[in-house]
This record gives sequence, structure tokens and C-alpha cells, in this order.
Amino acid sequence: MDKPYAITLDPGSSLANHTGSWRTERPVYVDRLPPCNNQCPAGEDIQGWLFHAESGNYEKAWQHLTKDNPFPAIMGRVCYHSCESVCNRAKIDSPVGINSVERFLGDEAIKRKWKLSQTAADTGKHVLVVGAGPSGMSAAYHLRRFGHRVTVYDAGPFMGGMMRFGIPKYRLPRDILDAEMQRVVDLGVEVKLNSKVDNILETMKSGKFDAAFLAVGAHIGKRAFIPAGAVSKIVDAISVLRSMENEEKPMLGRRVIVYGGGNTAIDVARTAKRMGAEPIIVYRRNREKAPAHDFEIEEAMQEGIMIKWLSTIKEAGDANITIEKMVLDDTGFPQPTGEFETLEADSVVLALGQDVDLGLLEGVPGLAVADGVVTVDPNMMTGHAGIFAGGDMVPADRNITIAVGHGKKAARNIDAWLRGTSYTAPEKHAVANFESLNTWYYADAPKTVRPMLDIIRRQSTFEEVQGGLDESTALFEARRCLSCGNCFECDNCYGVCPDNAVIKLGPGNRFKFNLDYCKGCGMCVAECPCGAITMEPENI
Amino acid sequence: MSLQPVKFYQTGTFTVGNRLLAPEERSVQANMERTNSLNSGHRACQGCGEALGARYAIDAAMIASQGQLVAANATGCLEVFSTPYPETSWQIPWIHSLFGNAAAVATGIAAAIKVKKAKGQGGDVRVVAQGGDGGTTDIGFGCLSGMFERNDDVLYICYDNGGYMNTGVQRSSATPPAARTATTMPVGPEPGNAFGQGKFVPAIAMAHEIPYVATATVADLRDLEYKVKKAMTFRGARYIQILVPCPLGWGAASHDTIRLSRLAKETGTFPVFEAEYGEITSSSKIRRLLPVEEYLKPQKRFAHLFGKTPAIDTIARLQAIADKNIRRYQMLDKEAN
Repeated sequence: MDKPYAITLDPGSSLANHTGSWRTERPVYVDRLPPCNNQCPAGEDIQGWLFHAESGNYEKAWQHLTKDNPFPAIMGRVCYHSCESVCNRAKIDSPVGINSVERFLGDEAIKRKWKLSQTAADTGKHVLVVGAGPSGMSAAYHLRRFGHRVTVYDAGPFMGGMMRFGIPKYRLPRDILDAEMQRVVDLGVEVKLNSKVDNILETMKSGKFDAAFLAVGAHIGKRAFIPAGAVSKIVDAISVLRSMENEEKPMLGRRVIVYGGGNTAIDVARTAKRMGAEPIIVYRRNREKAPAHDFEIEEAMQEGIMIKWLSTIKEAGDANITIEKMVLDDTGFPQPTGEFETLEADSVVLALGQDVDLGLLEGVPGLAVADGVVTVDPNMMTGHAGIFAGGDMVPADRNITIAVGHGKKAARNIDAWLRGTSYTAPEKHAVANFESLNTWYYADAPKTVRPMLDIIRRQSTFEEVQGGLDESTALFEARRCLSCGNCFECDNCYGVCPDNAVIKLGPGNRFKFNLDYCKGCGMCVAECPCGAITMEPENI
Repeated sequence: MSLQPVKFYQTGTFTVGNRLLAPEERSVQANMERTNSLNSGHRACQGCGEALGARYAIDAAMIASQGQLVAANATGCLEVFSTPYPETSWQIPWIHSLFGNAAAVATGIAAAIKVKKAKGQGGDVRVVAQGGDGGTTDIGFGCLSGMFERNDDVLYICYDNGGYMNTGVQRSSATPPAARTATTMPVGPEPGNAFGQGKFVPAIAMAHEIPYVATATVADLRDLEYKVKKAMTFRGARYIQILVPCPLGWGAASHDTIRLSRLAKETGTFPVFEAEYGEITSSSKIRRLLPVEEYLKPQKRFAHLFGKTPAIDTIARLQAIADKNIRRYQMLDKEAN
């Protein structure tokens, strides 16, 4: 080739110059565990389903959600959403309304009649589930999806367990509950109602079951000794809530005293209020110490329910009760003061906690019971091989989300046990903490608040108190998600690399590094909004 | 009419791309087909702001000119690290002549294109001249001013990193006051660069009343691309000055390049605005106002201000400059504050 004066070499590209050799650290894409997912007792991949909801693909979001939890419409109403209390967005403005988006997805699914699917081949195994509550139905769903035949026995006349007999319908409308229960049945799960299991081993033997999952709810109200007159009406809260589901509503009178400070106490007081009574809650400690969730206490007080903090019932007369004022000592325990007060009372409702009827377990070899609950190993199996237990029956906090989580965990272990293996959970990623995020990149967007029913209708009807989001607000709320620790394809790494050393693989396929040219400056790590890249030292 | 930001789509317009936006609403840099005008294998330092700024700007200009673009380059880092004989990182027609004559070379190219067009040869090829602050505000300033005054059809882009970084970090007329360079050591009663009168070339360009003048930083890609594309809609002399942090010369971590550009704007140290025919038409608003210390502290060139006895007076003078910028260029959104 003829070259100009003083030129001896052909022109070349700088691509020949592999600047990657300068590097002492290399960037690596990671997936971190978002705090919401880490917190969720039902093990939902919240960030994962919000990702689909963000693009408006609600059905895919719902399908992703129901891989872990088949009851989003129920969860979106009654879950205490501890995920939101750990949401990293709380440190910017307010947490993402995860619960409200979940409810939106659940309601959409019911409205649009989306179906759960079962793709695994039938295994020929038959599993007995005792209790058609949150834990039992969750386990039935997952077991069915694994390909097992599942039969659920329940003593009650309807499906739902505690979700029906423990949660008032102003918090969980029954058509919602029925729709999500029915969807599990439609998957091929057999449910036998009004079928109490009296002896688990006999039932298993006669039905030729290969394994059993016990998920009996805590339906027996605890009693406390209260010196009472002959005609005093003393009932327990869980019976009152249960009888609300019957034709004959409970007769409590006008002046109802509710004794206790848990969520059940609040539920029964709010129920009584809606029936026209004037309930007063009596609780021995103060509001800070009460086990009920503060928002429920707040909603009860908004509805005009009076609460006597730091009080115990000394005596119940024919038409009144005597309460004693208490003070908290240094250890936070209530101590009597000797100061008394008399309240008019037509009835006293005890909301002092509940027990599980463990009668069906008598004579099961190896099975151990302690403090009124069944001992299980980390795989949810009782001391008797093949019998697993979860929900209210095992030592844990009692709420619906935990029960649903138990159902999933037990189903996985039952499945493994039936296949003669053992289930090992995949290793958890490190939690994506706030410090790993670059929050500059997120647009400012305050939380969308769900509408509340008018106070007057809350006091007199059983209409649902909390409304839902409509599509535009649900979409907005989903898009407030920071996608902590998981790439959401914002293209920042691809853009900010001064060496073009990030290769974009196209929608849904994320990115990869071209280590021939990456100099290891770390800019992609610093400018990744969601902390999905980390630097690792090179072996030099 | 300034850049219209996307108000809320998870990240709005802050990130490079955004899967929730329609492809045509995303940045040039988000595109898998972008030109990569300045290709891999260049020898800029780790985390080089200038390499990043040059690719951002020229890729956008390539889109705006439908790939019909010629660039003239002044001597400086950008030229040295991209074209060691016989290699080149440039994927566009590119010419380098001398340190001080990039504007004049570009003027000549523009004149040649004009003649060719008049003869019916060649298409509508656009001309960009580019250089660092040394080649622009000091050495090439005469040629630049002449190009402005004649209103030659050239977009001149200055990558401002505040010094002669290529030759060992010497002071330029764009070096900020109090900054340490090889020629302004932190010794004596007034350590670092002296507080002179300053030389803000965008304001001088505006005084020439040329069609378009703008400033930008590598921290706000959308704004930068918008301004380059906007500049390409004008004929005549146009000038864009882009703040490009230099990890070496500023004594900053290589991963802090974008963060420092962001802080330069958020503290008011570097005003980001655009002007047409000598009048300011819009300015980028500060999102989270910060004191200048936040910008100064991560840079070793200002470390002498934060010794055992912090140089409170000097910091206050730098803050006063920032405050004046905020006032003059209306960097605060009155409605939002």
C-alpha cells in the first residue's frame, strides 16, 4: 500500500489494546435479597412480582406471586405486612404499599377469573391435610402443584378456618375468601367439610394416606376465673366471632365488656359495635404493651370504641363489673393499685388467647406436645414420621401469613419425604441494605393511600373498612419499588462505563462485562441504583 | 423550552435507560446500536470523565446528523489517549492538528463542505470541534473567539476538567480557585490556585451572541444529549462546555466521577443552563441543595482546606461563588422551595 510521507504503519483500532489488563478489581453482577422478601413469613418474592406489575403485566405478576402464596386477595386485606416496615423506601419517603398492590392483584385475578395451574405429573401419592384454614389450604395447594393427590378434612361447615371464624367480614369479605379457597379446589384438591378427624392414625390408615399435614387452628378460647354472679353472661371472643358466621347471631346486649388487648379483642369489640352495642375494652397493660397492632387499635378508637388501659376485671355482677386500676412496675408488669371502678355490663367477652384442640393426636407414637402445641423439627415434621404440622398447632407467632408460610414449607418437605429425599432450601443471598443503593436515581413519589370507609358506616355495617387501589394508583405504587439488589435494566451500567466495557444483552437478558476492556474503575457499581453490582479483587 | 423530564416512571429520566419508557423516549446511550464514537481500548485513566463525556456528546451528535459528522480535535488528553500512532479509538472521521487551532481547523472544514455543497458534491456533513479546557479557554481561545465572531457553522465542545491533566496537572484559566495543581501548590499564605477574576467561557461565548451556548455535566446524561441535539438544530457557531471530572488531576476515586459532577451542580459550583443568541433560555434546577464542602471534600486537590485548622475563610469564598451562580443562573426552583 502506498503510504503518505513519513507514515509507515497501517491505521489500527484501539481494540487491539486490551486495557482490561490494568484492572485490580472486577465488577460482578449480583442478586441481593430485598429486605421485603427476607421479611415475608410466606416467603413471597415481592420484588419479583412487583417487577412484573411495574410494566402493567398484572397477570404475570399474579402468577409469580402465587408461586409462593395462593391467596393474594386475602393477604392484601389481612396480612400485617411486616415487609413494609423493612422497606428501604421508608428511608427516602415512605414504604412501598406492597400490601395494597397485592390486594389489587388478588382482586384483579378474581375479577378476570385467572386460574392457578398444575403442571407436575401425578405422583400417585395421597396426602391428608387436616384443617381447611390458611396453613392447610396453602399446603394443599403446594402439594397439588407437586403432583400429589390431596384430601383436606375440616370440622367446620365452610372452608377458611380462622380466616372465616376469626376474622370479621368488615376486614375480609366472604366472597373474596370463598373465591380464593375455591381456586385451590379447582386445582383438583378434594375438601371434606363437616368431617372432624378424631384420630389421625385411624383416618390415615382407613384412607390409605401416605403422609399427613396437621393444620388445626386455635379455636378454643382461653378462660380466666372471674368471680361472677349467677346470671352474668361471660363468653369467649372466638365463640362470638364464630357464631357471627351462623344464622343465629350472638346475643351480647348493649353494654359489652371485652377483656384483653390482642387483635382478637379488637376484632370482637368492633364486631359488637357494628351490631349496635357499646363495647368497652378492658386491658391490664397500656397501649404500648398491647399485643394488638397499633393501626387496629387506632381504627377501633376512630369507630368510637372505648378502651380502659391498665385495668383488670375483679368481679362480674348481674349487670355490672368491677375493674381495678393497675400500674406498670419497673419490669413492665401490671401491679394492682387498690383503686376500683364499676362499669355497667350486659356481657363480658374474654379475649385472652386461644388453644388448639389436640384430641386427634392421642396415642400417636413419637409425637410430642409441649405448652399446648406440637413439637416439630426444622422440616415441620412431628416426632412421628410422615406426620407434619404447621400454623397455630406449632410453636410460632400466630397469624395468617405465618400459617401460609408453614403450609408452603411443610409441602416442600412432605414432597421431599414422599420422594425419599430431603428438601434443602437454596442458600439466601445477602440482604440488600439501604447503603448498597444509589437513591439519587429514583424519582420522588409519595405513597398512595388507600381510601377508608366513612366512619358512620364503619360503626353500623359490616362493609369492608379499607378500600383498594384502582389500576392507575396500583401501577404508581408498584413503580415506587426500588428493586433493591436486583437488576431492573435501567441501563446505567451500560451508559456510565467510560470504556464501553458493558455489553447490553437486550430486554430481559440484562448485561455482561467485557473484561478485555474493563479497567475496574467501579463507576458502574457506584451508579447502579439498586446495588446489583459489586467489586471483587482480581487474582494478580 | 428545556428538557421535559419524565415525572414518574420509577426512575423518571434520571437513569440512562428505563424499560418502562418507549424506546424513542430513552437516551442515545441506552441504545444497543449507539455509535460508540470513542471505542474501547483507549488509554484514558480508570473512571475518566472526559472519555465518558466525549462518547456521550459525539454519539448524540451522530444521531442528530444522521451519521454525517467530522470532528476536529485540539491537543490534550482526549487526543493523546485516543490516538497513539497507529491506533485510533475514533469510529468517526476525525482530525487533529495543533493544540490551539481546533476551532480554526473546524472552520476550514466547514468552509470546504460549503464549497463542495455549492458545487453539488457531498451531502450535508456537520462539523464538531472539541478540546479540553486548556485548548479552549487558554491556548485555543483566539481561534475560538474568531469562530464565534464569524458565526462559522461549527459546534465547539469543551470538556472542562479544570487543568492541563495530560502534561502533569498544571493550572489552566479554568482551574477553580484554591485548587492544588503542579503549578499552584498548597503553600504560602494563599495555598492553591489564586482567586483571580475567573474565566467562564460560556459567558464569553454568550457575549458573542452566537445562536446557542450550553453547559452540561456527565452526571445528567439526558440533559447533555438534549443539549447536543438542540445545538445541532442551529446553523452557525455553537458552544457547549461539559464538566468532566478527572480522577487523576482532582485526586478523586475513579468511581466518584459521576458523583462529583452531580455534586458540582447540586452545590451550585457549576451552573448548568442554555442560552440562545446571548440570552439564557433555561437552567437546570438543583434537586437537593448542598454546601460546597460536599463537593470539595472528596477531592485531594482541596485537601489543604480541610486540615487540622480548616480554611473557613477560603471555603466561605468558594461558597460565595456558588451562591452567586445559584442566583445568577436561577439554579433554585422557586415553586419547589
